[in-house]
Amino acid sequence: MIEINHVSKWYGSTFQALKDCTTKVAKGEVVVVCGPSGSGKSTLIKCVNALEPIQEGDIILDGIKVNDPKTDLPKLRARVGMVFQHFELFPHLKIIENLCLAQEKVLGRSHDEAMAKGAKLLDRVGLKVHANKYPAELSGGQQQRVAIARALAMDPIAMLFDEPTSALDPEMISEVLDVMVDLAREGMTMMVVTHEMGFARKVAHRVIFMDQGEIVEDAQKDDFFGKPRSDRAQKFLSKILSH
Amino acid sequence: MNYNWNWSIFFEPAPGGTGTYFHMLLTGLWLTIQTGIFAWIIALIFGSIVGVLRTLPSKTAYWIGFAWVEFFRNMPLLVQLFLWFFVLPELLPRSWGLWLKQMPNAPFYTAAIGIGLFMSARVAVQLAAGIASLPRGQKQAATALGLTTLQGYRYVLLPIAFRIIMPPLTSEFLNTIKNTAVAITIGLIELTGQARSMQEFSFQVFEAFTAATVMYLLINIIVVTGMRFLERSLAIPGYITGK
Repeated sequence: MIEINHVSKWYGSTFQALKDCTTKVAKGEVVVVCGPSGSGKSTLIKCVNALEPIQEGDIILDGIKVNDPKTDLPKLRARVGMVFQHFELFPHLKIIENLCLAQEKVLGRSHDEAMAKGAKLLDRVGLKVHANKYPAELSGGQQQRVAIARALAMDPIAMLFDEPTSALDPEMISEVLDVMVDLAREGMTMMVVTHEMGFARKVAHRVIFMDQGEIVEDAQKDDFFGKPRSDRAQKFLSKILSH
Repeated sequence: MNYNWNWSIFFEPAPGGTGTYFHMLLTGLWLTIQTGIFAWIIALIFGSIVGVLRTLPSKTAYWIGFAWVEFFRNMPLLVQLFLWFFVLPELLPRSWGLWLKQMPNAPFYTAAIGIGLFMSARVAVQLAAGIASLPRGQKQAATALGLTTLQGYRYVLLPIAFRIIMPPLTSEFLNTIKNTAVAITIGLIELTGQARSMQEFSFQVFEAFTAATVMYLLINIIVVTGMRFLERSLAIPGYITGK
């Protein structure tokens, strides 16, 4: 589903954010990407739907080359859901309008169709009663659930999560993770940048560990938590699991 | 000071036989309003386009926006009006220049367009700043949903940016109206022009300019009130300008 082949990326001419990264996510697979801050994990996930351009290598999404200048990027991006660290709901639109905008403008669905789909997904994330509120009137956890529903409204073939719980207060993290766990169990293809190792243990198939722009470890979940091969991954795990 | 006050001068017939002095000032006021509104529409249209150009990733777009803004904001308004009114017709091919000079209402169109373009540079800078003040993630979220750049601006970035810059935009609208007084120099007999004629005919300089002052004040109070109302009706609950 997602193939990342020897991808390198530079910011400006000197700082190399990604160094020869290669990995793949199969259909229905849940892959967690972790690593210390500045390791390039968010950059990597943003390259998958070309929010960030790459300078070397190839990224292939459902058979379509993302970094091909001829690719219709808006059309391709519409098929991949993305959830951001800071939710990024559109503040001037009501919750239900946030869910309808791209359905109507990008997929060309009728307003009624989009509203019905939006209502169904809001119900699914438990926020139907808030449909006519504005994003700023909701809590962080609620906003992130809306953001997930907004991405799902596009009927994506895969979902990308960029630290979806990092901006949340602790008591709100689980309500977001619950939605993500359900999604994973339904067989959604997911690439998730997160520090939530509990989530990784529960639903991930594979875990990728990144450091300084490199993929240091790319292992099956049990292998990763059982016997991480690299020193750097061991150190990282001991730091985040010690509390 | 030996001055003969005469506040009833407004109700005396003005030379020219079109009515009283008050009526004469009202004609000027109406022309001021027309010029101001026409110029403001031009400023908003061109300012929006140029403001957006200055925020696009394309270097060409940025330079076009940069050149526009620097050209129109670095020359005194008076010089610009002289340029359009006296110099431009001489630079054009003879027949075009002649057509321009003979155009009915040439001072009105020159003033409205000239002031509009001058103000567009200021609107552009404010809009660009408004867009730049939005979190980067907003544009990314719009892009990730499959919206094209144009759709992203139309449905997400501009609606928020315009709300943010509403207060300074109000000031620019007021400036546009006040700047129409400069048009007296190219023969537009707007409010300031009529006040001057009244002074010349009647020698009642204080009465004439007191009336003009009050009229300018009145239009601007109406504009400020109107913009406040607009601002309030567009406020987003819980977000920056909202409550």
